[in-house]
Amino acid sequence: MRRLRAAAVPYLLILPGGLWLVIFFVIPAIALISLSTQQGDIVDGFTQTFHFANYATAWDNYHEQFLRSLLYGGIATILCIALAYPMAYWIAFRGGARKSMYLFLILLPFFVSFVLRTVSWQYILGDNGLVLGPLKSAGILPESFRILATAPAVIGGLTYNYLPFMVLPVYVALERVDFRLVEAAQDLYASRAVAFRRVVLPLSLPGLFAGVLLTFVPVAADYVNASLLGGTANTMVGNIIQDEFLTAQDYPTGSALSFMLMAILLIGMFSYARILGTEDVLEVAAR
Amino acid sequence: MTTPGNHAHGRDYSRRSALRLSGLGAAALGLAACGVQGAAPKQQTTSQALSAAQRFWKDQTPTTHVNFANWALYIDPSHQTLKQFTAATGITVTYSEVIQDDPSFFAKVNPILRAGQNSGYDIMVITDGLEFGELVQLGEVTPLDQSKMTNFYKYAGKSYQKRAYDPGNVYSMPWASGSTGIAWNPKYVKTPPTSLADLWNPAYAGHVGMMSDTQEIANFGLLKLGINPETSTETDWKAAAAELLKQKQYVRKYYDQGYIDALSKGDTWISMAWSGDIFQQNLSSGTNLQFIVPKEGGTIWTDNMMIPKNAANPVAAMELLDWFYKPEIATMLTEAIEYISPVPSVQALIKADAAKATKPDDKKTLLEVADSPLVWLSNADYARLKSYVPITAKTSVTFNSIFQPVVAG
Repeated sequence: MRRLRAAAVPYLLILPGGLWLVIFFVIPAIALISLSTQQGDIVDGFTQTFHFANYATAWDNYHEQFLRSLLYGGIATILCIALAYPMAYWIAFRGGARKSMYLFLILLPFFVSFVLRTVSWQYILGDNGLVLGPLKSAGILPESFRILATAPAVIGGLTYNYLPFMVLPVYVALERVDFRLVEAAQDLYASRAVAFRRVVLPLSLPGLFAGVLLTFVPVAADYVNASLLGGTANTMVGNIIQDEFLTAQDYPTGSALSFMLMAILLIGMFSYARILGTEDVLEVAAR
Repeated sequence: MTTPGNHAHGRDYSRRSALRLSGLGAAALGLAACGVQGAAPKQQTTSQALSAAQRFWKDQTPTTHVNFANWALYIDPSHQTLKQFTAATGITVTYSEVIQDDPSFFAKVNPILRAGQNSGYDIMVITDGLEFGELVQLGEVTPLDQSKMTNFYKYAGKSYQKRAYDPGNVYSMPWASGSTGIAWNPKYVKTPPTSLADLWNPAYAGHVGMMSDTQEIANFGLLKLGINPETSTETDWKAAAAELLKQKQYVRKYYDQGYIDALSKGDTWISMAWSGDIFQQNLSSGTNLQFIVPKEGGTIWTDNMMIPKNAANPVAAMELLDWFYKPEIATMLTEAIEYISPVPSVQALIKADAAKATKPDDKKTLLEVADSPLVWLSNADYARLKSYVPITAKTSVTFNSIFQPVVAG
């Protein structure tokens, strides 16, 4: 009896989370896939006709935004790495007693709503805003110069918003690196650069990997930055999906796009894990 | 927040929600299999709807609160029209500016109303476009209580009592009409625009504002090509979309109601705009924006007050609906928003107010409203203004698949 109960414990522990995922992920995902091959309109309803041409039409109309999302996601992720790695390195090895304060500072922006922070960029970078206004009236910039509604504004916003998601996992990985290993490498005549490349960097790769997962996936699907900071040539696939569901009421196209995005991100992530040669993806992500 | 009105329905909530819970599992499976169910009860004829309405209204009890959902910049800023209503009737009003455009507001309330729940609003203001028809077809609005529309039938203009999109005034009462045209900021645009081609001018590249509503933008594409939207065909739509795509390189963004902020801040210099917004923005923020109806034509539309189904306070809502047709209230509204009022006697009353005004500034503003060519359209204007492309839920699938990629960017 006791053994039976002991065997049931893991299942009972997984039950709440499992149910949560079934209700709020599995069922919607199935509904989404089903909806993506239906036809109809909002008044007469949508019926299942296994109309796979929905995918072709969606791709024809919106492949540009799709590829753009992956491109912006890639650039923003690389920028995040470039900014986050030195930051995390410095906090982990030079932070001393103030480490936790520095980490708190990185998390501080989260205390203000994400949308609000992005809207404030509109005011700072507006054509006659805090930055450009004075420069234009001083005659340094031409009247038609702008930062908003351009690709750099959107990528900048994405990088800014998702930076902490890169800093934290990289920091956790670097924090675990025993600095004596670096000293040992230097004792063996490794230069500082070589010690970094052969010792610190490989040891921090799992953190970097987790950081890439945590930034690239949400960045590629983000729609807030493109809608607040972007223009007509910066729309991302998240915006299209939102519009298909909420303004065009074209549920099948929206579903087809959502499913394609999900599939591409999953395939991308798994092949990335393969190429990088790290251990099992899920194991790394769980750290 | 519980309003008194909610109690009226409280009794049958528990039984219904228990039933709903037991059906949840089955519903989930059903959803997975067939996605979004077809709507709707067959659309009723006008007389059927009216007799159903009579039965409905007999059972309703008065409440003392109303939740009003409207667009931004669409009422007198001090809400005197509502305060006087509360003073006269004892009914309090929660006024929220939650409607950014028709499609997104429809997308927000449609699932709630379809599930038979209360949207949280007793009055909503919907334009005479696709969504208006969909709400009626889906049975998501309450037919009005014709016996409570005395001011409306007494004071509203003839054309407003006979609207093609709502015969018999069964589902709606007009709030205001206006036109979609071109607005510009004279600080950046030195030669006043006259034609739609000015929105296609490369000199304004990156500073042209267009609207994201496909029905709005379709009209501008069609009018630019000299096609009448009211009789346009699918071939015309494709040509219009191609024309709009040529313009895209100059367009900064396809906006919702936010276009007015972008124009005021100087992010856009020339923009598609709704007539009255420009006036109210100048009044409230001291901007100097200008507006015209382009020579090729613009769009005329009417926004209508409707009562969503399952509203908590329908009786109080009816009172507020009719309140806005009292000539003195309609006058206060028109003086503030400068849109076309459904009450024709307003023009004379505004002139009377102007004559009484003591401050010269007030007098000037009132006279401007009383003589504004945007509020009192001439016959020549009416000839140039066209309604939206008449689309239904069925044709909207094609329509949106043509115009959605334009605004998608």
